[in-house]
Amino acid sequence: MSRNPEELTSPLVVTHADENRQQPAPPEPVTPGRRPPEGLQQVSNPKLVARNLNFYYGKFHALQQIDLQVQEKGITALIGPSGCGKSTLLRCFNRIYNLYPDQRATGEVLFDGRNILGPREDLNLLRARIGMVFQKPTPFPMSIYDNIAFGVKLYERLGRGEMEERVEWALRKAALWEETKDKLRQTGTQLSGGQQQRLCIARAIAVKPEVVLLDEPCSALDPISTLKVEELITELKQDYTIVIVTHNMQQAARVSDYTAFMYLGRLIEFNDTDTIFTNPAVRETEDYITGRFG
Amino acid sequence: MTVGRYMRRRAANGAALTFSVLLTGFALFFLGWILFVLAEKGFRYINLDLFTKSTPGAGIDGGGLSNALFGSLLMTALGIVVGAPVGVMAATWLAEFGARRRLTGVVRFINDVLLSAPSIVIGVFVYGIVVAPMGHFSGWAGAAALAIIALPVVVRTTDNMLQLVPDQLREAAIALGAPRWRVTLSIVYRASLSGIITGVLLAIARIIGEAAPLLFTSLGNQFFTANPNRPIAALPQVLFNFAMGPYKNWHQLAWAGALISTLFVLGLMIVARLFSGRKR
Repeated sequence: MSRNPEELTSPLVVTHADENRQQPAPPEPVTPGRRPPEGLQQVSNPKLVARNLNFYYGKFHALQQIDLQVQEKGITALIGPSGCGKSTLLRCFNRIYNLYPDQRATGEVLFDGRNILGPREDLNLLRARIGMVFQKPTPFPMSIYDNIAFGVKLYERLGRGEMEERVEWALRKAALWEETKDKLRQTGTQLSGGQQQRLCIARAIAVKPEVVLLDEPCSALDPISTLKVEELITELKQDYTIVIVTHNMQQAARVSDYTAFMYLGRLIEFNDTDTIFTNPAVRETEDYITGRFG
Repeated sequence: MTVGRYMRRRAANGAALTFSVLLTGFALFFLGWILFVLAEKGFRYINLDLFTKSTPGAGIDGGGLSNALFGSLLMTALGIVVGAPVGVMAATWLAEFGARRRLTGVVRFINDVLLSAPSIVIGVFVYGIVVAPMGHFSGWAGAAALAIIALPVVVRTTDNMLQLVPDQLREAAIALGAPRWRVTLSIVYRASLSGIITGVLLAIARIIGEAAPLLFTSLGNQFFTANPNRPIAALPQVLFNFAMGPYKNWHQLAWAGALISTLFVLGLMIVARLFSGRKR
């Protein structure tokens, strides 16, 4: 069936869907079968691949037939209005949703070509390889040093000196070393919001994951902290594969290599960031990035 | 803008405020009265003998409360040593591992029932399952009754404290690849430690003043003993006996004991407040 632009109705429907997330879904567009997103279908070197991915919060069908490829050592941004499923998609990549018994995913997520949605996947190991940073800074109630050492200790046995090196390395990577090197024994909760978020990023990269998932990492930060975190993300690209969810379209345009536009639980368009922002293939994408809704 | 509406609201606010201040004063007045009477009647009988001599028999002069004070501390300690860990573990299951299952609702409800069960009923219960089979009253039986009373207090407070730990903190730790048990031990307990300790202190305060369940279990003992296999005296139970007795020195010891146990609970409460007020 061909694609009908009118099925993606007004922005009012988006708000409605967002508020009633736990309730039955709004009437679904009639689209039997899979429908690939507009734009780029393949990246040259995919690290993560979602294939026909569906996600359910209880009975609510939050993600519908998502097909997406995430380029290795690239930055992929997920954009779209509230409730479109960006964070939900991100939470599929490290299966953090498994904490909640009423949430489930069907389809496939391939990580280096291997499906991680299978029942026998070791979730702890998976999450050690795919790190995540959340919207709100979540420092653990322990010292700055221990915040970073906590994750490292789970999978590596390091001597004191090596651990100190690792902590410094992570804090430097997160552009937090200069501010905290004299107070590593203070609790992480005493830092400012922006510092806390950079501590969380340091904590995530200290375990040396292959992928870092960022769920609106700057939404609670002021512009200067945001700038620092963005610089950090750009720098991290050299070693890590990054997926970032953001509400801020300038941010997506500034930091990402690829951008995926999602709407009402579907992936509408995926392409390299320049194309998405300068020459989108679909009207909804254009409407969203030009601020006509969202 | 209508000034009339505003004035009416301001008058209502003033009336409500006055009313609540008066009621607070009313409640504080009785607390102050109790403390005042206890201090007035009991303070002058607090002396060294109280802590070194055992309770006097009928018609014997002097004496102290050493056996009762020690017995209370011993049975409370034994009760907490059993009740607190079991309570913390039960609450951990409720808040961390059984979350979102129907069974947790049932367990919480049963715990609330146990929390408000009359303590004398628990005394009778322990009489049935410990004292009767053993054939005699004992400190063990008293400690068992106190543990059963402490348990639901610890479960309730710990459960509440663990639930206050935001899910984001758990998710953040799990997203690092930490197994669930590690998250509970290293993150969740640490975040709620002061609350858990406060709950245990409140449980101690609750059981150290219990007399009714001990009447059926540890019975009381005129002599000093540290052997929980024998009947043991406890302060509240001695208070009960001495206050009802006909001898003047019994009454004096009862006043002194009442003051001591009240001050002990007051001190515990203050420590508990310091703990719960300590923000990390």
